[in-house]
Amino acid sequence: MLLFKLFASFFKLGCFTFGGGNAMIPVIEHEVVEQKSWMTHDDFAEMIAVAQSLPGPISLNSALYTGYRKAGLAGGIATALGIILPSFIIILLIAIVFGEYQHQPVVEKAFKGIRPVVVAIIAGPLVRMAKLMHLSWKMAWLPVVTVALVCFCRLSPVWVLLAAAVGGIVWQFYREEKR
Amino acid sequence: MSLYFWIFAVFFKIGLFGFGGGYAIASLIEHETVDLHHWLTTAQFTDIMAISQATPGPIAINCATYVGYTATGSIWGAALATFAVSLPSLILVGLVIFVLARFRENPYVQAAMQVIKPCTLGLIAAAAVLLATPENFIDGYSYGLFGAALIASVLRINPLYLLVLGGLAGIFLY
Repeated sequence: MLLFKLFASFFKLGCFTFGGGNAMIPVIEHEVVEQKSWMTHDDFAEMIAVAQSLPGPISLNSALYTGYRKAGLAGGIATALGIILPSFIIILLIAIVFGEYQHQPVVEKAFKGIRPVVVAIIAGPLVRMAKLMHLSWKMAWLPVVTVALVCFCRLSPVWVLLAAAVGGIVWQFYREEKR
Repeated sequence: MSLYFWIFAVFFKIGLFGFGGGYAIASLIEHETVDLHHWLTTAQFTDIMAISQATPGPIAINCATYVGYTATGSIWGAALATFAVSLPSLILVGLVIFVLARFRENPYVQAAMQVIKPCTLGLIAAAAVLLATPENFIDGYSYGLFGAALIASVLRINPLYLLVLGGLAGIFLY
């Protein structure tokens, strides 16, 4: 019964996860903390911190965290299925239908207008995000170098992320040596 | 069979390196599915980004389902890609819960995250640059729509409205 409740809660959340993981945080908190009392506000804050520092979507990581905590491995599988299924079903239907209609003139015209807008939507929040993460001038070269490596040297983002992790660890070693 | 193997491997990798939210992963997904494996064109990839924005669910999962289906023509391909992109989260969150409860307090983990975070900002910018191709910017109208949408986006207008307006503009202009 608990497994089904976990699945149902995250299925419901999965139907409404518009606008990226950060927009979802208060919605997940309302369901998991206030409605279901599966964890305290402090636990929830810790969960979001973990979800953000691991790779993978925040909503999926939070779903897994809640499921594992409440009902072990089976709980994690239930919550993960819950959060993934709505998006899986909707995108699968779109992929099947869009394949049929993508060459209709009206669809082609609409997407010619949409494509540059997508690029703008990705670029638009950059400055706001830099402020939100308190990016200092000392660190500002990192995103610039990342763009150069990925766009102009065609390096896989995987290498950039690995180099960043190693760089951070070496920097920490150096700071500890100095002390 | 080997197509299914590559779909699993590529989406597992995308899940494993999916730091910094949807748009930060976009440059990695683009690199793998457009540049390396040619499962999609840049325009098709951009269309999926638009569809992702307009439907619920994380971008990485939406892309996995969509590419898994279009590359194999089968629902099983979609299911495999979706499973593969979610598997690293399943394993890593499990490790944190059951084994490494205090991993976040480790100073080396914190130092690595301090450098990774600004880089994810660069990855988002890179996604925008990579999508600014002649396939997506076909004429002067494209630049006009881009400029207007960029200003609207900086002013925090809901991206969903911008996509709808972009689509309507496309129908009128072309």
